[in-house]
Amino acid sequence: MNRVSRGLKQYIQVAPFLALGFIMTCVFVLYPLVKGIHISFFEYKVIKPEQSVFLGFDNYKKLFNDPNVWVAFRNTVLFAIVTVPGQWVLGILAAMIINLQFIRFKVFFRLVYYLPVISSWIVVSYLFQFLFSDGSSGIVNYLLTDVLRVTKEPVAWLQNTWSANIVIWLLSIWKGVGWVMIMYLAALQSIPKSLYEAAQIDGARGPTAFIHITLPLMRTMTAYVVINLIIGAFQAFIQVFLITKGGPLDSTHLVNTYMFKHAFEYFDFGYGAAISVMLGLLIFVITYGNQRTFGKERIEY
Amino acid sequence: MNTAVPAKSGAPTNRKGTPNRPSSAKRMASWFAHIVLILGIGFVIGPFVYMILTSITTDNFSLPSPQKLLNSEKTLVNYVEAWNKNNFSSYFVNSLFVSSATMILSLSLACTTAYAFARFPFPGKEFLFKLFLFSMFVPAILNIIPQFTIIKSLGLVDTYSGLILVYISTGVVGSTFFLRGFFERIPTELEESIVIDGGNRWTIFRAIYIPLSLPAIGTLGIFAFSGTWDEFILALTLIKTEAQRTLPIALQLFRGQYATYYGLFFAASMMALMPIIAIFVIFQKQFVNPNLSEGSVKG
Repeated sequence: MNRVSRGLKQYIQVAPFLALGFIMTCVFVLYPLVKGIHISFFEYKVIKPEQSVFLGFDNYKKLFNDPNVWVAFRNTVLFAIVTVPGQWVLGILAAMIINLQFIRFKVFFRLVYYLPVISSWIVVSYLFQFLFSDGSSGIVNYLLTDVLRVTKEPVAWLQNTWSANIVIWLLSIWKGVGWVMIMYLAALQSIPKSLYEAAQIDGARGPTAFIHITLPLMRTMTAYVVINLIIGAFQAFIQVFLITKGGPLDSTHLVNTYMFKHAFEYFDFGYGAAISVMLGLLIFVITYGNQRTFGKERIEY
Repeated sequence: MNTAVPAKSGAPTNRKGTPNRPSSAKRMASWFAHIVLILGIGFVIGPFVYMILTSITTDNFSLPSPQKLLNSEKTLVNYVEAWNKNNFSSYFVNSLFVSSATMILSLSLACTTAYAFARFPFPGKEFLFKLFLFSMFVPAILNIIPQFTIIKSLGLVDTYSGLILVYISTGVVGSTFFLRGFFERIPTELEESIVIDGGNRWTIFRAIYIPLSLPAIGTLGIFAFSGTWDEFILALTLIKTEAQRTLPIALQLFRGQYATYYGLFFAASMMALMPIIAIFVIFQKQFVNPNLSEGSVKG
């Protein structure tokens, strides 16, 4: 009884600070999750929800027989496999170089490499669409055919599945490298100098100090960065939605864009929700191990 | 943690100081590193350069060739035209309003919620926090259908209130996660003087936690602003009236209507990028990271 009343008292104390954020998260984040699963079992009518028809697992059966769903899942997984390491390797490389003590104009380099990160997705998506235009008017084709002479004929970048995917990957890596860089730069630069001085007294310097001080302290940051990159990869939507619209012939859809197409172009919300649930499950499986440690990640020296 | 740079010691290769006599190998390494960085800049900046050059070239009914971009006359006419076309200026103002309102409201909400998690004990706290974090793993797109139905049942479709409400609500979790760590690192001893003076939780919150976390809150504010400024899907689904649209939607319309007026479109794009870039350039010194209370980045 005592514990219950103490708990109640604590709730009353915390309520003014917590209540609003809690309610809004429940209404607009957690409830939609549950509702999405619910919708996936219906032929859902947005205008008149009460007329929705219960379908059981029909949406899921349809999903497993829809070849385009498999293509979308393949593209999503490939997108993650290509862009997560791509951003990570280039980002950490940039951070390491900029952090070298003899590099000048650190602030300038940091700012420039971060520019794509702060640029609107919509602007850079269309920008890349123009850069990779078909025919010789696209600047990339111009560079490849006329300047570098790698190919004779201009490439129809966005008309083929794989070249279109490459454009999307390139854009996503290009836009994300700066974020990884700035995370690692801050991590590198906030390692207290005293640690290196202590190491120096113990006779460790240069590479030894790097292995024994820098790398271990980077590990927590790496966990944070990689998990964020993975989440980001599965959130990807707008670049495909704007650049290829999933084409040619639905072959460059990500799960998100394919789901959006069914929900908001065909108004088949039930089917869209079912696709969503499958993606949610996939993400859950992939990130399960990390989820348990995520949130505990705190860097203390 | 302390970032005070130690007083210059006499040692020739102090970790921070430069060596007295750089060897030629070191100079080579320095050159090499700078060249790599500058090559990298080419890739990062190239697309932007192309965009700027196109935006100051006129009569581009086909994508301008590089020769044309470099040799043609430069003019700001596209900017003027884009600003006045299609109510672009009013979309700009719309976005400014929505982004500012979202930023201010979500910052207030994030601070109080993060403070609740950082400094109050209550049953089920960590479970609730985990539940919050779990929601971050779910792609935002998936929630759009239910969010739309909720906004619809509240009668807020096609209103800024509805749009801003969803923006704030979906941002709470991330920003709470971000701020909680900062709040927890503030020593509780600081609260004692306020308690002695008879202050309550709100006084402590206002007098200690907010002022001491300003850099983190500022960073979060920039994230909130730029995230909203850029947001496309929700604005597309929730706002139906032409005049109420936000900038990303306006850009998409622009792209559709003036498909071949490349200069015009890029001028509009540049104007959409400007506010965010300006904010970042001004505040970049204050930028901090989640997880790392020491954001002081030495340049």
